[in-house]
Amino acid sequence: MYRLREVSKQFVAHGRTISALNHVSMDIFPGEFLAVQGPTGQGKTTLLTLLGALDRPDTGEVLYQGRDLSKLSDEALTELRARDIGFVFQTFNLIATLNAQENVEAALVPLDIDARDREERASEALAAMGLSSRAQHLPMELSGGQQQRVAIARAIVKEPQVLLADEPTGNLDEETRAEILDVLMALWRERGITLVIVTHDSSVARQASRVVTIRNGMVFAKHDLTARS
Amino acid sequence: MFLTYLERELRRRSKQALVIAVGLGIGIGLVVTVSSASAGVKDAQTKVLHSLYGVGTDATVTQAPSASGFGPQQFGFGGPRPTPGGSFSSTHIRRVPDLVPLRQSRVSQIARLDDVNAATGSLSLTETSVSGTLPDFASGGAPVGAQASGGSGGFHVNVSSTSLVGVEPSSTGVGPLSPGNITKGHYFTTPDQNAHVAIVTTSYASQHNLKVGSTLSLNGTAFQIIGLASIPSSTTDVYLPLNQAQSLAGMSKQVTTIYVSVNSAANVAHVQSEIQKLLPKATVTTTANLAKEVTGSLASATQLVTDLGKWLAVTVLLVAFLIAALFMLTTVSRRVREFGTLKAIGWRTRRIVEQVVGEGLVQGLAGAVLGAILGIVGTEAVSAFAPTLTATVGPSFATSGASAFRTAGGFGGGFANRFANGASRPAGFAARFNNLSHTVLVHLGTSLQGGTLGIAIGLALLGGLLAGAVGSWRAARMRPAEALRQVG
Repeated sequence: MYRLREVSKQFVAHGRTISALNHVSMDIFPGEFLAVQGPTGQGKTTLLTLLGALDRPDTGEVLYQGRDLSKLSDEALTELRARDIGFVFQTFNLIATLNAQENVEAALVPLDIDARDREERASEALAAMGLSSRAQHLPMELSGGQQQRVAIARAIVKEPQVLLADEPTGNLDEETRAEILDVLMALWRERGITLVIVTHDSSVARQASRVVTIRNGMVFAKHDLTARS
Repeated sequence: MFLTYLERELRRRSKQALVIAVGLGIGIGLVVTVSSASAGVKDAQTKVLHSLYGVGTDATVTQAPSASGFGPQQFGFGGPRPTPGGSFSSTHIRRVPDLVPLRQSRVSQIARLDDVNAATGSLSLTETSVSGTLPDFASGGAPVGAQASGGSGGFHVNVSSTSLVGVEPSSTGVGPLSPGNITKGHYFTTPDQNAHVAIVTTSYASQHNLKVGSTLSLNGTAFQIIGLASIPSSTTDVYLPLNQAQSLAGMSKQVTTIYVSVNSAANVAHVQSEIQKLLPKATVTTTANLAKEVTGSLASATQLVTDLGKWLAVTVLLVAFLIAALFMLTTVSRRVREFGTLKAIGWRTRRIVEQVVGEGLVQGLAGAVLGAILGIVGTEAVSAFAPTLTATVGPSFATSGASAFRTAGGFGGGFANRFANGASRPAGFAARFNNLSHTVLVHLGTSLQGGTLGIAIGLALLGGLLAGAVGSWRAARMRPAEALRQVG
């Protein structure tokens, strides 16, 4: 699914250059459940944004199904995000003025789907998340767990090939965390999507088919401290 | 999704949207009101100028006498001198002294010039009647110029004058009188050229108890009144067919003023120049020249509205646009993270920009509608509460050239002998007939300019559109990851 070769990414913050990723090379296989772990600020989110075509690497290649994302135009990347990639954020990132139904429908807008079909598919996605009764509620009227489920519904409504989740349970209590993980696991098993989760949660990592650790912008396999660079 | 998102977003920041709409509305309302007032003062000026100029006239041609040609009017009694203690009476018809006669053939010459629609000539005359009683000094009467109290032999003089204008009956679209001025009776017909008929102004008819069908005696000739005319601010009393006026004054084939109608406002200056070449000694005055001579509160109002008013309106509108743009930019910068999310889920930059532009457009539309309402209300208010203004056109005795203003129509000798309401008043025996200053009262109306309203509404919509587009374009072009890193 993904092939990263010598990928580096730097940021400038307060006049200082920070290496978020440092010559990272790794593969992610179709249908795999990959957990990405590591201390805060080590490059996990940066890795996910590159996989999600939300940003471009400074050097190296990010190949998605053979296509180098670093060389695609903005329009092509947008199209890829619209059809193939679902993203779940730690802070949910729902549109505050749209209700749950409309937030899920928003993911189908770029696909130029008929309004009625859009509504139907969004309703189904919300139903799959157990949120049919909350469809008309605004995000501020939902609990954290409900908001994250709406975000997941939004991510999967377009039936993506890849689901990327950046600390999806980071802002939730323990009970809700378990609920969300169950949902994600179920999606992975039932739909065969490639799932990449950035998480601090060891219980999540235990359920993944593979775990990698990022430290100082470099990727290490679990229990393997040899740098994959 | 587009309308839902738009409506929700505007509702979320309804106060801000209201401020933007009200700001734009005030700016547009002011522009519309000022432009309506400006059109109103221009209409008022046109009415003033028309009262001097006549209908459909773009230029007048007159000729001033040379400097030596002026002098006090002499008044002979004709016939035997009256004897002391005896009464005297005399009536004379003379041309207005400050206008040298022009050959009537000049009218057709001018009419044949390029870009001239029509030309007509008129003859301005004054009938002056003097009557009275000479004092009898032998019986102890008072000296000349004094009124004795009691006793016999006082010197009484009554002077009255009537201003006459001869017009060509066939010229209805240009000149000092038109069928549109007739309020009772009818306008001249072509056969009237040779008839003793007259049209009098309503004010003159009222003062002298005349009506359609009455007979008016002018220098001993009876004229039947066939119509009454209302010409605001005109100082002419009686209109005659040109032939008749020429006959009364003994001025065959002569006119004192030629009125010219041009086919387009853009050609007026050119026609003025051509006439000047044809008649180098004549003074060719256009409405533009005359407009410069207008003074009084109407002129002040014109300047105020067109200069200060225009800049005030433009400034307010620009400030409103600026405020709208700043608000939009602030709103957009707060939504950068939201835009990043939309891009992350696959929204194209153009789609995001369209959404924000739509919001700007709706605010612009609200401002435009409010502005239109305020503009209409403002226009009506100005019209309802505007004061009556004065417009004065003063005398100017240039020796040549088109820049000089010359009186036209019924100006001249009669005016000095009139009260403001037009009634005749007694004058001194050696009255001068060259008081040419003319003041009219004009109620300032307004004229809602549909074109300006349309432009102002268009500007409001454009302002909303641009404000939305500029702000959102910047934000939407950011990479999603960069946008998502923004706090807000």
